[in-house]
Amino acid sequence: MTAIDPVVPDPFEPPISPQGVELGPTLRSRGLWRDALRATFRTRSAQVGSAFLLLLVLLAVFAPLIAPYGPNEVLLDTGVSVREKPCIHLFGCSDDKPQHIMGIDGNGRDEFSRIVYGARVSMLSGVVCVTIGLVIGTLLGLVAGFYGRAADSVIMRCMDVLLAFPALLLAITIVTVLGRGLVNAIIAISLVSIPIYARIVRASVLSIRELDFVAADRALGVRNRRILWHRVFPNALTPLVVQATLGIATAVLEVAALSFLGLGVQPPTAEWGSMLASERNNVFTAFFLVLFPGIMIMINVLAFNLLGDGLRDALDPRLNK
Amino acid sequence: MSDSEPLLDISELRTWFFTGDGIVKAVDGVDLSVRKGEVLGLVGESGSGKSVTMFSALRLVATPGRIVGGSVRFDGVDVLGMPVKELRQIRGDRITMVFQQPNSSLNPCYRAGHQIAEVYRVHQHMRRAERDERAVEMLRKVGIPDPGRRARAFPHQLSGGMAQRVMIAMALAAGPELLIADEPTTALDVTIQAQILELMAQLRFELGTAMVLITHDLGVVAEMADRVAVMYAGQIVEETATRALFAEPLHPYTRGLIGSVPVIGRRQDELSVIPGRVPNLIDLPAGCRFAPRCEARIEAGLTRCIDEMPALVEVTPGHRVRCFLHSDAAESATPVTIGSVRR
Repeated sequence: MTAIDPVVPDPFEPPISPQGVELGPTLRSRGLWRDALRATFRTRSAQVGSAFLLLLVLLAVFAPLIAPYGPNEVLLDTGVSVREKPCIHLFGCSDDKPQHIMGIDGNGRDEFSRIVYGARVSMLSGVVCVTIGLVIGTLLGLVAGFYGRAADSVIMRCMDVLLAFPALLLAITIVTVLGRGLVNAIIAISLVSIPIYARIVRASVLSIRELDFVAADRALGVRNRRILWHRVFPNALTPLVVQATLGIATAVLEVAALSFLGLGVQPPTAEWGSMLASERNNVFTAFFLVLFPGIMIMINVLAFNLLGDGLRDALDPRLNK
Repeated sequence: MSDSEPLLDISELRTWFFTGDGIVKAVDGVDLSVRKGEVLGLVGESGSGKSVTMFSALRLVATPGRIVGGSVRFDGVDVLGMPVKELRQIRGDRITMVFQQPNSSLNPCYRAGHQIAEVYRVHQHMRRAERDERAVEMLRKVGIPDPGRRARAFPHQLSGGMAQRVMIAMALAAGPELLIADEPTTALDVTIQAQILELMAQLRFELGTAMVLITHDLGVVAEMADRVAVMYAGQIVEETATRALFAEPLHPYTRGLIGSVPVIGRRQDELSVIPGRVPNLIDLPAGCRFAPRCEARIEAGLTRCIDEMPALVEVTPGHRVRCFLHSDAAESATPVTIGSVRR
C-alpha cells in the first residue's frame, strides 16, 4: 500500500474563498446602464477621456473664477504690449511685470483668460449640435426603420443626399445661406450630422423589430407606438450613445473650423477656432497664440474620442474579449 | 367537454409567403378548432406550418406572409376581419402566447416584474403599485422562488427555465381563455422541460385555460394534449383524440412519426425513418403532399395519390384523416387491408 499524500485536498470539502467569504451565486440587480457605466470606466481610454473632459467642464463652468481677466478686456494700458510672450513668475519672469501665463494676444488681451472662456463656447456648441442632430436623426431613424416602406425610402434617400456632400462643405454652404454666426453654425453642423444618427438608429431598429420580444409584445396586444418607444428605442440606444459621444468631438472640430474660416463665432467672442485664425499670420513671431488654442481644440476632441472609444469597447458585444 | 362550442375555430385558413423565389404555401387550407378548456397538440416537423397557423390566428404573420383565405373565429367573433384596436384587446388578454426562446422573448432592457406588470398596464389599466404586486404574485404562482427578488432581475440574470416561467407568468397574467404555446420546452434542458410541462399542466388544471401546444415532440403531446392534430406541408393530415392517435395512427405520416421515436427498453439497431424529405413549399406535389414519401401507398398499390388531393375525412367519430387509404374505406364501407407499416 502506498502512503496517502497529505497534500491532496479532500474533494468533499466545500470550497472556501481565501478571504473566508461565502462563495455562491449572487444576484444583484444593478441597472443595465449602471453595469454598462462600470464596464466603461474600467477601460483606460474612458478614464483618461473623462478626466480631460472633467477638466474642460470645470474650466467652462468656473471660467469667471479661473480667468484672471475678462475675455475681452484690453490690457494695453497696464504696461503690456501686443503679442507679448508669456510671463510666468514661477519660471523666472520678473515679479514687477503682471503675470500672463499664455501671453497677450494681438489686441492686447490676456490669452489665458480667452482660452478659459473659449471652453464655454466649445463645449456648449459641441453638446448642442449633437443634441439637435441626435434628436432629429433618432426620430427619423425610428420612423424609417419601424414603419418601413414609403417612409423608409423617402427618409433614407434624403439622408443619402445629405451624406453625399462632404460634411464641412455642406456646413459652409448652409452658413453662407443663413448668414454667419454661432447659432447658424450650430444649425448647420446639426443638420449635417443628422444622417449619421438616422442611419445608426434605423439599422438597429431593423434588427430589433424582428426579435422575439417584439413579437411577444405584439402577441400581448401592446400598441405599435408603445412598442417603438418602450421596446425598440431603449434597445437601440447603445450604438447611439457611442456615436453621440464621438459626434461631439466632430462637432467641436467643425465649430472650430467654421470659426477659423470666419463663418462661425464672430470676434470679439473668445472661441478657439477664431483665436487660431486671427493669429495664424504670426505663427513665427508669437507661436504661443496659435499653439494654445490648437492644443485646447485637440484636448477637447481627444477627450470625447477617448470616452467614445471606451464606451464602444464596453458596450459593443462584438468587441468583448 | 366534447360537444361544447369551439373557442377558436379555424377553417380553410391559407397563409402564404410571397417571396422572391415564389409563393410559399406555409399554411394551405387548415381546419382546426379548440374547445374551451381543451389542450390541443399541434404536431409536425419544422416548416410544416404549425407556428404560422397559430400566428395567423392572432394575425401576427409578418411580411412577406399574408393570410390569403379562410376564416378564424374566436368565441364566435371573426378575428381576420376585426379592427386592429379590437384585435389588440384580444391579444394578451383573452389569447396569449408563450414562445420557444424564453431568453430572447423577454426585453433585455426591463426587469422581469416590470414586463409582467406591463400586461396589467396595457389591458387592465391598474395603478403601478397594484400592478407590481400582481406581477410578484404571478411569479409566485409559476413557482419562482423568492419572487420579490426575481421580479427585480433582468432577463440576462435568469436561467432559461426561469425565463420561461416568467414568460408563462406573462401569458397567464390576464387570465386568458386560450394559451398558445409555441414549442415552449424546445430550448430547455430535459429536466427543466419536465418541470415546465408539469407547471403548465398544473396551471391549466387550476385556471381552466384552453391551450394549443405547438411541438414536434410526441412525448410532450402524449403527456399534455387531449386532442392532437398532425400537420404536414401546410395541411392537417390527421386529427383525433391523443389516446386514439397513439393507439391507432391511421395516416402513413403519423405512423412514420410515431415509429421513428425510440422507445426505452426496446432493442433496436436502427431507428425507422420516413424516407425522403419534406416537399418544397413553393413547388408542392399535385396530389397528396405525402405521396412521394409514402410507402403504405405503394404497398396498397394506390396511384391516384399522385394526382389527386385526398380530403380530410372523418373516418370514425372524432378521427379525421387525409388519406385515400382510409377515406375510400369510409366511403365504400369495404375495409381495405393496409400493408403493415414497417416499424
